Amino acid sequence: MINKFVENIELALDGVKSNMTFMFGGFGLSGIPENIIKELSNREVDGLTCISNNAGVDEFGLGLLLKRKQIKKMISSYVGENAEFERQMLSGELEVDLIPQGTLAERCRAGGAGIPAFYTPAGYGTEVAKDKEVRIFNGKPHILENSLVADFAFVKAWKGDTAGNLIYKGTARNFNPLMAMAGKITVAEVEELYPAGELDPNHIHTPGIFVQRIMQGENYEKRIEQRTTRKR
Amino acid sequence: MALDKNQIAKRIAQELEHNTYVNLGIGIPTLVANYIPEGIDIEFQSENGVLGMGPFPFEGEEDPDLINAGKQTITTLDGAVLFDSAISFAMIRGQHVQLTVLGAMEVSEKGDIANWKIPGKMVKGMGGAMDLVASAQNIIVAMMHTNRLGDSKILKKCNLPITGKNCVKKVVTNLAVLEITEDGFKLSERAPGVSVSEIIAATAANLIITGEVPEMII
Repeated sequence: MINKFVENIELALDGVKSNMTFMFGGFGLSGIPENIIKELSNREVDGLTCISNNAGVDEFGLGLLLKRKQIKKMISSYVGENAEFERQMLSGELEVDLIPQGTLAERCRAGGAGIPAFYTPAGYGTEVAKDKEVRIFNGKPHILENSLVADFAFVKAWKGDTAGNLIYKGTARNFNPLMAMAGKITVAEVEELYPAGELDPNHIHTPGIFVQRIMQGENYEKRIEQRTTRKR
Repeated sequence: MALDKNQIAKRIAQELEHNTYVNLGIGIPTLVANYIPEGIDIEFQSENGVLGMGPFPFEGEEDPDLINAGKQTITTLDGAVLFDSAISFAMIRGQHVQLTVLGAMEVSEKGDIANWKIPGKMVKGMGGAMDLVASAQNIIVAMMHTNRLGDSKILKKCNLPITGKNCVKKVVTNLAVLEITEDGFKLSERAPGVSVSEIIAATAANLIITGEVPEMII
């Protein structure tokens, strides 16, 4: 067993520097690496390129890094819930690359899977296709999209073991397994950390080979963006 | 009377076919799940990674790890499955999801849709919409007929940056049901009590009208 366990967040973030490219798992605020984001927001790192489906909300998630102007460029698919993000983008302070969600997922997956680029129909005929190679397959136009990798990928899982194997819960899985594959260094924070051998290998979502460091997360806030319920 | 958002959703629910997989977008489309007709089995896909999405949870049972693409708390039904975003879009791009219901800011008579950006003003991003419209076999748009300024969202040509080309098949608004044909918008139904001339007045595109236009049954 190759031990991926790190005792604290300092060790988990060893090597993190300004001007790096980071990936952050999560969809909205669901499945985001809360502990790592909070720690990054307390550090003097800036000029970051962040790849994340969303950009958090004003006071939580990646919104914390935006507020301190640590992010130079965001690569996302949907940023609707963050007023500060919109302000920085429209004023030109923040560089933003908006890409279709499925393309974003596949670009991360491809980056981790050794596939440099692929063709997709998504975005053909739109701004997204600008300056991209178009090729017709089966009579339908597709655009060429490059894969993505990152200096660090930060992911969050429900359960993990010291070998770095991860299991996600519910829809908190989302981009986490794909980004875990695409990080030069992938750091996972988990709600429940087990010794290797405790998790059933049949149930692992992300094999530990993709994870370089695993740490125990704490005090998960798990904010709900839209609390919707029905009456009993 | 023009329809309210729930009635638009209810009308779209009549389009649901038995034993199909359906993706509902954010906004009015999400409401469609509340009106599935009796005897129709549907599995709802949400692109953040769930198939077999159920209704909102009972108060006190919300799970932050179980949300839909609109970031609303949800539940799962028997037979549901959870997956990552790449698998989710494999279902979408690979045409395994049969129907997509989306909101829009503009729809053109060619079936182009714009719903992700107002240059210089509002940039929320396309989310999964571009992937959805690039591949779905059937795309229905749910929206209000006019915007807040009263301008038609039904157009000859989209003014805003488009999300996808030649993809929308049908539009259900608070005033009408419009089908997109090779020759443009066909007015196929009108909201109860709304006249054809009112619809024409609210529409900035040609409407193909053949014979009596029936009222929607809601």
